[in-house]
Amino acid sequence: MSSKHSAILAPLFSLLSGLLFGVGLIYAGMSNPAKVLAFLDIAGNWDPSLAFVMAGALAVSVAAFYLAKKRRETFLNTPIDLPSTSVIDRRLVIGSIIFGVGWGIAGICPGPALVLVGAGNDKGFVFFIAMLIGFAMFELISKRKGD
Amino acid sequence: MSIDLIHFTPYQALTGGAIIGLAVSVLILFQGKIAGISGILYHLLQPSAVNLRWRAAFLLGLLLSPFIWRLFAALPIIEVNTNTTLLILSGALVGLGTVLGNGCTSGHGICGIARFSKRSIVATCLFMVSGFLTVYIVRHIVGV
Repeated sequence: MSSKHSAILAPLFSLLSGLLFGVGLIYAGMSNPAKVLAFLDIAGNWDPSLAFVMAGALAVSVAAFYLAKKRRETFLNTPIDLPSTSVIDRRLVIGSIIFGVGWGIAGICPGPALVLVGAGNDKGFVFFIAMLIGFAMFELISKRKGD
Repeated sequence: MSIDLIHFTPYQALTGGAIIGLAVSVLILFQGKIAGISGILYHLLQPSAVNLRWRAAFLLGLLLSPFIWRLFAALPIIEVNTNTTLLILSGALVGLGTVLGNGCTSGHGICGIARFSKRSIVATCLFMVSGFLTVYIVRHIVGV
């Protein structure tokens, strides 16, 4: 495959991947924040569905990442980028905890947020804008710290 | 704890999950990238954004998915019962937290665990526990 071909084809695969991701979320019921919250509410009337979504996703993607690590390049003969960081630092810990608090308040994480925006949901749009404000807050904090 | 057998949908959840797994597989095996949605969005918005095209294409696909779904069936119900103030707080925390922690449910929870990354396993455990505790406090202690 020439690099010219892969330059055209690769974004089409990215588009397909995004579409599949969204359809999977909708089919799994994960585009409904109330269902996500029902999973996070272990002390209430618990809906374990989200754990099954992760199990289904992992069953397929474990094989894909095994192949990706072995091949080191895509089927379009371009390099595969796998993260190389392995340090568990304060930033990872604090960030993940903050994310969990936000996720627990409304039951929305970034993937479903985009699906809600695409579905024309007002509240999804408000959440999305607030998420961008959260990104901006990070910029302010990191600028002040000088890194 | 009691299991909500009326709303629990194990087969749709597993199948939908497998479709998400397929999406992640397509992105890593054809584009060579990790499907971490918070990171894809954050990096697309950087003034010095590189690799703009695949990021934009992936997010466009995600945004278009409800339209494609509607060509074949009605969208399932979307219930957001959080008030606007809390919704804004929630969104801001998700934005800040995912950039700080370098990932969300997709990047750490699916892709990271799938490649057995210790960092992602720790991150996923933390945001899950933090999510459980938040819902517990909001629903059972404060009682919103």
